[in-house]
Amino acid sequence: MHECKYNPGFMRDTLIPQVGIITDIRTETPDVKTFRVNAPGGGKLFEHMPGQCAMVCVPGVSEAMFSITSSPTNKEYQEFSIKRCGVLTDYLHSMQVGDEILVRGPYGNNFPVDTELKGKNLLFIAGGIGLAPLRSVINYCLDHREDYGTIDILYGSRSADDLVQRKEIEEVWMNTPGVNVYLTIDRPQEGWDGHVGFVPAYLKEIGFDTNKVALLCGPPIMIKFCLQGLMELGFSREQVYTTLELRMKCGVGKCGRCNIGTKYVCKDGPVFRFDQVDELPNEY
Amino acid sequence: MQELIARAGALLQSGEVSRVLGWRKGEHVWDVEPAFFHSAEELSEFVYNGFCGANLSKYMIEASKLEGKTLVFLKPCDTYSFNQLIKEHRVDREKAYIIGVGCKGKLKIENIDAAGILDVQGADYPDCSDTLTVKTLYGDKEVSYASAMLERCHVCKGKEHKIYDELMGESVDTCDADRFAQVAAIEAMSPEEKFAFFQSELSKCIRCNACRNVCPACSCRKCVFDSNKFDSAQKANTTSFEEKMFHIIRAFHVAGRCTDCGECSRVCPQGIPLHLFNRKFIRDINALYGEFQAGEDAETKGPLTSFRTDDVEPGDAGKRG
Amino acid sequence: MLKINRNDLPSLFAAIRQESDLYLPVKTAGKTNFAAWDETAQVDLDTLKTVKSPKDAFFPQSENLYSCHQEGGKTQIVPETLREEPFVLFGVRGCDVRGIQVLDKVFLSNPVDSYYAARREQGTVVSFACHAPETSCFCKVFGIDCADPEGDVVTWLVGEELYWQPKTEKGEALTAKVRHLLSEADEAVVAAEQTAIRGIVEKLPYSNLSLEGWGGEAAKTRFDSPVWEQLYKPCLACGTCTFVCPTCQCYDIKDYDTGSGVQRFRCWDSCMYSDFTMMAHGNNRTSQMQRFRQRFLHKLAYFPANNDGMFSCVGCGRCVDKCPSHLNILKVIKAFAKEGV
Repeated sequence: MHECKYNPGFMRDTLIPQVGIITDIRTETPDVKTFRVNAPGGGKLFEHMPGQCAMVCVPGVSEAMFSITSSPTNKEYQEFSIKRCGVLTDYLHSMQVGDEILVRGPYGNNFPVDTELKGKNLLFIAGGIGLAPLRSVINYCLDHREDYGTIDILYGSRSADDLVQRKEIEEVWMNTPGVNVYLTIDRPQEGWDGHVGFVPAYLKEIGFDTNKVALLCGPPIMIKFCLQGLMELGFSREQVYTTLELRMKCGVGKCGRCNIGTKYVCKDGPVFRFDQVDELPNEY
Repeated sequence: MQELIARAGALLQSGEVSRVLGWRKGEHVWDVEPAFFHSAEELSEFVYNGFCGANLSKYMIEASKLEGKTLVFLKPCDTYSFNQLIKEHRVDREKAYIIGVGCKGKLKIENIDAAGILDVQGADYPDCSDTLTVKTLYGDKEVSYASAMLERCHVCKGKEHKIYDELMGESVDTCDADRFAQVAAIEAMSPEEKFAFFQSELSKCIRCNACRNVCPACSCRKCVFDSNKFDSAQKANTTSFEEKMFHIIRAFHVAGRCTDCGECSRVCPQGIPLHLFNRKFIRDINALYGEFQAGEDAETKGPLTSFRTDDVEPGDAGKRG
Repeated sequence: MLKINRNDLPSLFAAIRQESDLYLPVKTAGKTNFAAWDETAQVDLDTLKTVKSPKDAFFPQSENLYSCHQEGGKTQIVPETLREEPFVLFGVRGCDVRGIQVLDKVFLSNPVDSYYAARREQGTVVSFACHAPETSCFCKVFGIDCADPEGDVVTWLVGEELYWQPKTEKGEALTAKVRHLLSEADEAVVAAEQTAIRGIVEKLPYSNLSLEGWGGEAAKTRFDSPVWEQLYKPCLACGTCTFVCPTCQCYDIKDYDTGSGVQRFRCWDSCMYSDFTMMAHGNNRTSQMQRFRQRFLHKLAYFPANNDGMFSCVGCGRCVDKCPSHLNILKVIKAFAKEGV
């Protein structure tokens, strides 16, 4: 195959996907599964940076944008943690190891792991499936541990059963020096002796110092109150990153769907600093 | 027009109605737009002239959900749509104060064959004239009022309002053509000719959905064509066949309910005579079940929504082609 | 300057067609749109504006991107081949030429849309000056001179003669192929025609409409204006304005089940449609006011902010002519001018 004439560096048009093989499926929670994807000949479909997304398609069903939850430092495969909430995700949840899907990407910008985040203390705040994009960054940072300062991870979900990547959190993250993990669930539950309460409340309870950059992902309501909490703790909006999610079709800033103000979330995002989010019209 | 404004203002003032649904002045005499008015000040922009073709019944679906009554101006043919919407429980009669407004046929600027039109004189109500004076960049010309009328006005259903609280202004029955002549002409075509006719008309369709969105009979909260579960969803498909499906399905869906208000043909940017589909159904219904006019009143069950033992057998209907 | 008699245009079209496809304004079932030329086509150079703009030539309303099917249990992806045959787009008005330049900003920016790029590479644009501009025209507002449009070749129809002037390499190449049908012409005729056209343009009601307050800054200053709420109400939420517009470029990507596989195609979409931004977890624009505002702010604020001040309206006036509720960008611009916000 020769290079696309119009896009040096691309094999073909950016709208044309590659075939990916599902090589592993982990059931994370009652409604979240993590899909491992490889190229048909093994290895990864493409290289990406933490925070970037890809379009996952089941022909005849639908196509949607998902964040790549595995870290680029994983040289063998890519992973998508997908919550069941619509036509495509319902179908994906019915798929088996060995099945084929179509993947195109990577799309969008990434968390500035090699620039603005480098050398900083990092605070990750995630709610529910919001851990998916942050996991890519967390594992990237753990694999380049010397490049970053302290790492705090605050993660909450509705119940203990809804915490995704629990095995990795407990076996890897909690056992890495200089990494503090804080887990919380919304309501008390039998067998759970950890913290109970919403993420924003727990955030204020812990009271992190402001010598950090915060990365915030989760449901809109959680983001709203966590941001408030961070402001109360003395963080500035320039210290907080998040990701936006809007309907996307093309992934390359042309189909118009994810346009908000002067930005296209698929191309200029999904990662935004809060002072950049403030510049956007209130339409997300 | 001033009487309409005065009456609307008085009804607003007295609190009998909370808002007025009428037409707002545009940049020109012909680009009036449907609009809600809430005060005497806003009513200064109210207009009623020969270009107020828009059927306001459809806007009453949303207006029925608002607090208080809405004063709506309906032309005789618009009242059929309103009745039909009552019948389908899509508008609330109690939420409407209907002023049946006089109509002398409505105009379409595109029907005036002149370039660079700056003004059309003679279209003002109530004293519109038989001859319109068209001022253009390239000189003036005169055209007859009738020649600029919407297709539907040539087959006017009559000057009688079928539902109203009060009447204002004179109406004229502008019918000067046989409503079913074109349908009969198409029926007389061979299957190949029919196919060629519809092919050439429907291939112009750009699936803008204007016909559906303006149609008072298309009042579903969510249209089947807005569902992503079907290949025919909302937008152009890979084959032109899908556009035909859209129009055929739509015609079937409004069959027996379509009052022949002609809005679909009025708004089509490609000038597709969409009303012909509907009139074919109306003609068939008339032939098979006896004369029936949807929207004639707000109570009578339509032939397709009622059952009588002497109804035509489906097989007999099928033989008609 | 070259020319050809109007009566000889069929032989010009035939000569072009011998070399490549030719698309030009053709009247079908009473309406004029750009369509492929053949001997039977009813060419219509008298209608000022085609219903649809010629953007289909580069960005068709519907086109396949790739198809996929199963072969021995494996998914095969077959990309649609890119256009490799040259074509000529004849009779493009100055506003529509600018429309193509607007689309270029979108589709030729990184990453390049190869389907569009291939068509642009293969297409030669023959533009056509506007002999008789219409009331709804306001191209001058966007700095377009309809008396002297851009294009690979520019043409003017004056009386019974079509004047022809190549402007680019592509235009020269096309001219060379049909040179035997063209004769030398007097430039003064075209100059007089241009003066006449510009005189008419000055008399058009919107030619000197002010765009003050629009551009990149409007994204912030006009988003929360109460004017939107007053304006949008008659909007039927149809897609007429977007589909007749030469610059609207939003599209959807959808599947078509062919029975033996799936064709993945894209088709024009409209930001006016209720499901445009619909996601499994909700919709960020739930009201028609928001969708209405998006369309106009995109054209008059967001697009210029990202493209050195270039507006994504060209003043062709199609939306002015075609909106079922007589809403349009002119009314938006004028309403803001009146409110001063």
